[in-house]
Amino acid sequence: MAHTEAHAAEAHAHDHAPQAFIWKYVFSKDHKVIGIQYYVTAMLMALIAGLLAMLIRVQLAWPEVNWGIIGKLMPLGFQGGEGQPYVMNPEFYAMLFTMHGTIMVFFVLSTAPVSGFGNLLIPLQVGARDMAFPFLNGLSFWTFFCGCVTILTSFFVGAGAAAGGWTSYPPLSALRGAVPGSQIGQTFWIIAMVFFIASFTMGGLNFVTTIINLRTKGLSLLRMPLTLWSMFLVAILGLLAFPALTGASLMLLLDRHFGTSFFLPTGLVLNNAPMVGANGQFVHQGGSPLLWQHLFWFLGHPEVYILMLPALGFTSDILTTFCRKALFGYKAMVGAMVAISGLSFIVWGHHMFVSGMNPHLAMAFAVGTILIAVPSAVKVFNWLATLWQSRIQYKTPMLWAMGVVSLFISGGLSGVWLGQSAPDIQLHDTFFVVAHFHLIMAGAALFGVFGATAMWFPKMFGRLMNDTLGKWHFWFTFITYYGTFFPMHYIGLAGHMRRIYDPYQYEFLKNLAPLNHFITISALILGASQVIFFVNFFWSAFKGEKATANPWNANGLEWTTSSPPPHGNWPGAIPEVHRWPYEYSNPSAPKDFVMQSDPPLAVESGH
Amino acid sequence: MAKLQGLLFGLATLVLVVVATFYFTKTWLPPLKSDRIAIDHALAITLVVTGLVFIVTNLMLAWFGYAFQDGPGAKAAYWHDSPRLEMTWTLVTAAILAIFLFNALSLWAKVTAPPPADAVLIEVTGQQFAWNVRYPGKDGVLGKTDHLQASQDNPIGLVKDDPAAKDDLLLLNQIYLPKDRPVRIQVRSMDVIHSFFLPNFRVKQDAMPGMTIDIWFTPTETGDFEIACAEHCGLGHYRMRGAVHVVPAADLEKTVAEAAQ
Repeated sequence: MAHTEAHAAEAHAHDHAPQAFIWKYVFSKDHKVIGIQYYVTAMLMALIAGLLAMLIRVQLAWPEVNWGIIGKLMPLGFQGGEGQPYVMNPEFYAMLFTMHGTIMVFFVLSTAPVSGFGNLLIPLQVGARDMAFPFLNGLSFWTFFCGCVTILTSFFVGAGAAAGGWTSYPPLSALRGAVPGSQIGQTFWIIAMVFFIASFTMGGLNFVTTIINLRTKGLSLLRMPLTLWSMFLVAILGLLAFPALTGASLMLLLDRHFGTSFFLPTGLVLNNAPMVGANGQFVHQGGSPLLWQHLFWFLGHPEVYILMLPALGFTSDILTTFCRKALFGYKAMVGAMVAISGLSFIVWGHHMFVSGMNPHLAMAFAVGTILIAVPSAVKVFNWLATLWQSRIQYKTPMLWAMGVVSLFISGGLSGVWLGQSAPDIQLHDTFFVVAHFHLIMAGAALFGVFGATAMWFPKMFGRLMNDTLGKWHFWFTFITYYGTFFPMHYIGLAGHMRRIYDPYQYEFLKNLAPLNHFITISALILGASQVIFFVNFFWSAFKGEKATANPWNANGLEWTTSSPPPHGNWPGAIPEVHRWPYEYSNPSAPKDFVMQSDPPLAVESGH
Repeated sequence: MAKLQGLLFGLATLVLVVVATFYFTKTWLPPLKSDRIAIDHALAITLVVTGLVFIVTNLMLAWFGYAFQDGPGAKAAYWHDSPRLEMTWTLVTAAILAIFLFNALSLWAKVTAPPPADAVLIEVTGQQFAWNVRYPGKDGVLGKTDHLQASQDNPIGLVKDDPAAKDDLLLLNQIYLPKDRPVRIQVRSMDVIHSFFLPNFRVKQDAMPGMTIDIWFTPTETGDFEIACAEHCGLGHYRMRGAVHVVPAADLEKTVAEAAQ
């Protein structure tokens, strides 16, 4: 059988743990170290992207504000001095929202849940010594790291970072004269994306292979925890969807630097000067800006599910552990995730309803978009049924999981508004959209990461995070997260556009200033609250209460080994699996939990 | 205090439901000045249905999160499958969404249907950072444009020699619309993607370079309103503001001619 041979090979390859610091902690091939490397890097990127968001919010609330010392320290972004107040440059504002989105979507929320927790947990949850391709795994992290360096450096090159939005629509992103960030900064953006996609592809290959081939004896697909299912699905999504952005990025690079016209139509006139060459003809001819949008969103839509699905997986595992009750509707939950993943490939055009694409095409996309609400609703109902007549113990991870369910309801429902193509005419490119994706995607992913961190911290560092600090962090974050993003529904309905340096140029937006103030103050407190997390994380990693193998009395295979697991994950043989991971409160069992690898019971649930 | 966290979560969720519902009952949409009332109706129905789901599911989440906390003698049910329940909630959800979908597609078909023959023709060409508005004049035909001829004095590249262009009327950042007559707007762009957004009319159309995109609607009240750009188009995106003036249909020709001086 393929996987027992692979097991033998893996066991042999990992007989000798590396000793030198550089091979143990820097250029490691151990999935647990690599997972932490990804995780810590992603959280540091989150700090940066979060700061960018704070700058955006202050500007939106008070466009005339004097930035004072901040303005003085960043001459690229602000002008003032000599008795004049420091005012933010509009082009810097464009760089802020572009880079906030780019870094958060790719370098934080695709990374921490997937590459961070996926790497940490997959081998442990499938019962393997490591991932299928450990060298490739280490390489994938350092490739990702190169992407991080490239994207951050882009602020300091030429005329600054890319400024065309994280979506980089051409011609704005393709014409170097269209906005300052479209000079070398946009090229750096493209290069950073290529590094990121290469890294994600390597990771995806590892995830799929490990989950298919290295499952321990007895672990059928339908006995996998939902965390594993989510990692499996997002790896497939990434492998199938990212090539579209790779191709599009290459085409954009060619349009920018080598005179091609993939995305650039005939007749471009920049600053009242036709863009003609020496022969008097247009430099670019025959391209289509719509093509970029199709290619970008072909990736972009599955991408946002890549961000969200792991959080849904974590939530099912955390909820069941802390409410001591089996997951309701396991097959339906798996089916729902599969349906969401599949449907995610046929809805991308809902980002393009008013783009000028064929209205019949828009109809086709509206169908898939509305339909995807069905499996999403199924997940919510099954979580509620799981909580029904359960026995909840509110440790920090449980609070975050409840938060994910809450955000999923809020954010998911606003999707029904946007998915209808005609109402979307009014809501497209307004803050209604910003509310939607920050609640459903960013919020669910972020809360999922925080929950997963508190839950699996023992497997990362052999210690527990401080539960009291964790709870304070949750409450500050939960309340201010809603305080920041929920009011955006209202200003969006009022017509408040996105990516607007100064909304109060418009009469119809002037009365929204108080709401913008409220949102900004919530956002600032939200940002400041994350200090609690960083303190808790780093202090607990070194000084936290030492953790036993299974501090939560949970059922997955990761809890059968020590915290943290040794090199090779189990000191002896890898455990075999006899059941699903949700055997909680079985009345025939001696305790309120039966681990996956525990011996068979008299009465099993049949899973 | 035991059960504090569950109580807090329940209360917080309750507060969310109350506050969210309260603010959603307010009128946020800009006053409607066009015939696209069906869009407002669709939004209202969506609010009611999603609002009900929001309230019910959140109340359940709040109650379960509080009531089913661990305590002395507490026992969790050993119940984790019900094909009947799964079938029911899946089919009910699908049925509700199917109705939404049908209505959404019908509405979209109406909105994107071809304009009536008597629609007033106007062209709007976005550029960094202004709206060029053009009326066809008495001949009812918009003159040819050739982007090779675009310049500071001729931002849209109007072919001045074209007979049809001679009576074209050009405005900057102003558009005049007739009350109770359909208007057909051809949306274009000289440089990057812009988006022609009329908040009071429920009209938004991306201005795509290389394309001419038709939209149509009927203004229903006189007055002055705003044009906004709704697609990030560079550093002046925030100030790509224009004015919409809806005037009695009979006065349109004269008013535009005067404004174009």
